Amino acid sequence: MSAPGFILIVAVAVLYSSGFYLLLQRSLMRVVFGIVVLGHAANLSLMLTDRAITLPPLLTGKEGPISDPMPQAMALTAIVITFGVTTFLLALAYRVWLGDDNDEVPADFEDRRIGRLSEPEDSS
Amino acid sequence: MNVLLAVPAVVPLLGAAATLLLRRTPRLQQGVAVAALASVAAAAALLLHAAADGTVLTSQAGGWKAPLGITLVADPLSALLLAVSAVVLLVVQFYAIGQDTAGLSRAMPQVFHPIYLVLTAGVCLSFLAGDLFNLFVGFEIMLTASYALITQAPTRARVRASMIYTVVSLTSSILFLTGIALVYGLTGTVNLADIAVKLGGAPAELRMVLALLFLVVFGIKAALVPMHFWLPDSYPVAITRISAIFAALLTKVAVYAIIRSQTLLFGRDDISAVLLCIAVATMVVGILGALVQDDINRLLSFALVSHIGFMIFGLGLNSVAGMAGVIIYLVHHIVVQANLFLVNGLIRQFAGHSSLRSMRGMTTVSPMLAVFFFLPAMSLAGLPPMSGFMAKVALFQAGVGAGGWLVYTAIAAGVATSLLTIVAIFRVWVRGFWGTPMPDMIEARVRLKSGAHLGGLRIMAMATGAMVAFGLFVAAAAGPLSELAFVAAHDLMNGAAYIEAVLGEGAR
Repeated sequence: MSAPGFILIVAVAVLYSSGFYLLLQRSLMRVVFGIVVLGHAANLSLMLTDRAITLPPLLTGKEGPISDPMPQAMALTAIVITFGVTTFLLALAYRVWLGDDNDEVPADFEDRRIGRLSEPEDSS
Repeated sequence: MNVLLAVPAVVPLLGAAATLLLRRTPRLQQGVAVAALASVAAAAALLLHAAADGTVLTSQAGGWKAPLGITLVADPLSALLLAVSAVVLLVVQFYAIGQDTAGLSRAMPQVFHPIYLVLTAGVCLSFLAGDLFNLFVGFEIMLTASYALITQAPTRARVRASMIYTVVSLTSSILFLTGIALVYGLTGTVNLADIAVKLGGAPAELRMVLALLFLVVFGIKAALVPMHFWLPDSYPVAITRISAIFAALLTKVAVYAIIRSQTLLFGRDDISAVLLCIAVATMVVGILGALVQDDINRLLSFALVSHIGFMIFGLGLNSVAGMAGVIIYLVHHIVVQANLFLVNGLIRQFAGHSSLRSMRGMTTVSPMLAVFFFLPAMSLAGLPPMSGFMAKVALFQAGVGAGGWLVYTAIAAGVATSLLTIVAIFRVWVRGFWGTPMPDMIEARVRLKSGAHLGGLRIMAMATGAMVAFGLFVAAAAGPLSELAFVAAHDLMNGAAYIEAVLGEGAR
């Protein structure tokens, strides 16, 4: 395993774990950041499938390895998708903030109400 | 024949562009939207006719041969689901047009039609995709459209629901992408048929990890327990036509993806024990959730989760008969779920809400609505002679044929779930439909039946009636449907036909 490959693997691991950690937070801004970080993790792991990542994907006419353009094409598509959806998420988070004056995930009141049905009646 | 395969994915996108330009002329916009969906339905019908004998139709985009180019594939399963989905999409479209004509919706019709057509394109592309990355793109087109649709007529509750829905779907999309990276790293290809061949040489443990990863990815989207929490939180809040189409199609596309990946790609690895356990959990947890709900939409959403379990049960049997049962169940469930949500939309017009606490006497207010609710509800519960009964019999027969204690447990759970579904349905019936109607419901009827709303309301009722009729047609056509399901199931469990059709003769 070459040095850049090893560093990339460590980076992917760090990105996945911090992404999922952020995703589990209550603040919507952190959730959005979590999605962004996870998107980077997925794109980096796509790049990792290429063994000659440091070389350009060009046919030079000479014999020798070139990098595989497929993962790069797929990562590019994925970047565009994540970019678009992140914008949408930010707009949504802004809408929540406008309505609630904070950026936390709002509670589901119907769920809470049904949950209370199972509690015993107060006898006092 | 090859051009036909591209129609369901391309025509709706062109239609979306056209309807966006025509947003100032509502009539013309509706006409174009209906024409686009009708051509999808026609293409799907032709594809189904061509694929009905078990032929696998393929189209290599731009003439690049598989596994290099983009491949579109229609096997009997894809063609059948495509045809049923196209009909449901078209009927819901008419319902939406009726609602907009009646002026009873706060959604913006100018925006609705383009996004709806984009959703259609995503659904169709997911069914037809012949490679993993296009499946991902199809899912993303479908989901991005659904993110926008779920926030139509935004209220605080809808923004909240949409946030949860979007974040959960995105998480599963990112895991999907990770899965694609792992598969590509392992096999060096994303073409489904090519992966199926090349995975044969991969270590069994790695294959198992990938099989489970893809089960999680699609399981989140199909709302399998324990990954179902987002569904009853988000679907019920959206406007009627949208929750109808989400409940009918989005989870089923995910179930289709589970079927495709677990049979074609990971057919060699047996995860049927895992699938059966998930099936039991999904059935039981879903229906117990439905029993305590008080909002009809939420009740139906929990019932939806519960009935996804039946399909996973059939898949877990790992046999041709089980698979045929799953396919019949898929068709039945797409139609019935759309139907129940549409009926609930009509109930909301009369009652102003869908809470059972303050609803009485719907039978008196609108007897026709009561019939429209009763028929699909009985089908969902699985009473003969409805389509739900046929589907459940097919699944349970396959289960008894397979045997084993885990399978018998799952069958017992399935029977219990069916009975509890009847209980849940009867709660709606007794509380909402029987009794003396509430005064405001009578007033609402007078208001709706006079004046400006009537024309549009008729179109909505006709669309719902058409969906009921389609449900009855599925039951009536159970014979040919089950033949078709067996052909499709045979193709799925065998896999060789698919691989040969995509890669050419002698690929295996």
